[in-house]
Amino acid sequence: MYDIPHHTQETAVTDVKIKAKDVQVYYGDNHAIKDVSVEIDNNTVTAFIGPSGCGKSTFLRCLNRMNDTIDICRVEGDILIDGDDIYDKRVDPVQLRAKVGMVFQKPNPFPKSIYDNIAYGPRIHGMARNKAELDDIVERALRRGAIWDEVKDRLQAPGTGLSGGQQQRLCIARAVATEPEVLLMDEPCSALDPIATAQVEELIDELRQNYAVVIVTHSMQQAARVSQKTAFFHLGNLVEYDDTSKIFTNPEDSRTESYITGRIG
Amino acid sequence: MTDASMNSVPVKGSLTTLDARTKKRNAAEKRFKAYGLVAIMIGLFFLVVLAVSILRSGIPAFTQAEVRVEFTLTQAQFDEAESQMLKTKAYENLFIAALQSQLEERSLDVTFDPAAIERLLGKTGSTIREYFRDSPDQIGSTVTFNLAASSRVDGYFKGRVSRDTVVDSRFLKVTDLDLVDALVDAGIVVTAFNWNFLTGSDSGVDNPGGAGIGVSVIGSFFMMLVVLALSLPIGVAASIYLEEFAPQNWFTDLIEVNISNLAAVPSIVFGILGLAVFIQFMHLPQSAPLVGGLVLTLMTLPTIIISTRASLKSVPPSIREAALGVGASKMQTVFHHVLPLAAPGILTGTIIGLAQALGETAPLLLIGMVGFIARAYPEGVVSGFIDPNSAMPAQIYTWASRADPGFYEKAWGGIIILLMFLLTMNIIAIILRRRFERRW
Repeated sequence: MYDIPHHTQETAVTDVKIKAKDVQVYYGDNHAIKDVSVEIDNNTVTAFIGPSGCGKSTFLRCLNRMNDTIDICRVEGDILIDGDDIYDKRVDPVQLRAKVGMVFQKPNPFPKSIYDNIAYGPRIHGMARNKAELDDIVERALRRGAIWDEVKDRLQAPGTGLSGGQQQRLCIARAVATEPEVLLMDEPCSALDPIATAQVEELIDELRQNYAVVIVTHSMQQAARVSQKTAFFHLGNLVEYDDTSKIFTNPEDSRTESYITGRIG
Repeated sequence: MTDASMNSVPVKGSLTTLDARTKKRNAAEKRFKAYGLVAIMIGLFFLVVLAVSILRSGIPAFTQAEVRVEFTLTQAQFDEAESQMLKTKAYENLFIAALQSQLEERSLDVTFDPAAIERLLGKTGSTIREYFRDSPDQIGSTVTFNLAASSRVDGYFKGRVSRDTVVDSRFLKVTDLDLVDALVDAGIVVTAFNWNFLTGSDSGVDNPGGAGIGVSVIGSFFMMLVVLALSLPIGVAASIYLEEFAPQNWFTDLIEVNISNLAAVPSIVFGILGLAVFIQFMHLPQSAPLVGGLVLTLMTLPTIIISTRASLKSVPPSIREAALGVGASKMQTVFHHVLPLAAPGILTGTIIGLAQALGETAPLLLIGMVGFIARAYPEGVVSGFIDPNSAMPAQIYTWASRADPGFYEKAWGGIIILLMFLLTMNIIAIILRRRFERRW
């Protein structure tokens, strides 16, 4: 279905897409992420849970170097995607972000038409040689975002005119339009109602077929529903990282247990 | 103890009666609304007073008393006049003769002192001579001359001069007004719309009737072109760099503070800077719209930079994140997404900056754009940027400082024109804003 990258064999063996080792993040003097090491598998939904301010979003934003835009933010340690250190000097964050797509907490469609929202990424990356190819890419992305049937008759309508849930699925479609290999989602359902949330969750499960999906969520039920692996962050530390079923039924760390049973956080 | 604590809890009355605290709060709110209303009324009152006084003093500048005389010059008369020593005097005598014959035609018997004509109309002889020398083919045919009446005669029509107040002087004698009345009855003196005021150039200090603002409008226009062409790209580029790319350190902080300070620097300082740098050091021509434009660019830049940065700041960061998230570079993010969203604010800031520059007088005084520009429309248009010219506010200033009350009236008229330009620019700003904002 895709152009298969040359390192697929390697990932097929280990099945590890992202490997983070001893990652430290500082905001000025504030040590926000401490010694986080984690391996994120391909074709898996990995959930980051934890109380507010625990650093889960910060860590997520390290994975596509979105923190670069914050002047005072400093990242140490290694983050490898397919064996390449993404903080290497030779890595252009722009190329990285094409490979690691991101969906944000608040739906943030461009104030342009639905079509242009999707077509923007492919256009700037030169993925289509002509209008027909671009149309194809847009349709495929919207289908994969599970929103095609709702918008196919009004592709020229403004993307900001859609409902919140539709906007978020549009943003997901926009993220997958550039054919990334990893999809980062920063609390993608926190601004959505339960029905829209259910649609997005269903979509996340489908997206797992093609991507490594990393999702930050405040809702433990959501983590339990959509993810296969769960990482629990607390005060900048990665407390526990294991299969979701194990985290929620038989956590090893007492802090994890307190959090999932609602005693802290 | 329990009793005491029970008593301290205020007793809640019925909801339909207002307690003292609520009454007090409502009264305070009402008072505040009244203050606001009074403040707005005071502002409106002064606005109305300003508008009325400008219109009352300025409207007369748009009309001018004219003497319409049909005049036929034969070739023989032309040759004879040209052969005389005092040529213009000869033409003047011909003109007076023509005027007299026209009065007789209408069987009006007015006797007047030929010298009165000069008091009424200025030097008619030279005007006529110039006309026939420029277009000799008109010799022999009948030409209607519309000659502007002198300032005092014009003032007689506009109520500035009356029989009670006029004092015999070399400018006007009371008996001259009898002649004027007779000419009005004959339909020879009429009040007409003063096109020359809109299109003409400045005139000599003794001839307010011939003064026009047209040439200085052109001067202002060329200056605005220079200001727009320089300050918009420089200002927008500087703001984008400062807002989106520049690192936050002491150096950019310093620049930021200085830009804010520059916006508050008195304009005359920019004027003397322009005089020193552009004229004395770079030897650019004096009184030229190019230099005026450069000085006004320096003045306008801070305004444009500040408003552009404010509108860039107001673009939500989520849009930047969205663009970066799909792999756009920083520059693509700015130019594809941030700039279009900030465009209405940038445009408004630019037009307000231009309007400010259009009304600026002080720096123009220092670079010599207050010169007396006698060259009339349309020659002034042909080569505009480095030719000496004036600008609207400087022209108004020049008129206001002249003695003849006719110029005072022109100054007010000039202010009306200047305000119309400013109003137009502001309306354009509003329209552009609306249009761009409509793109959701």
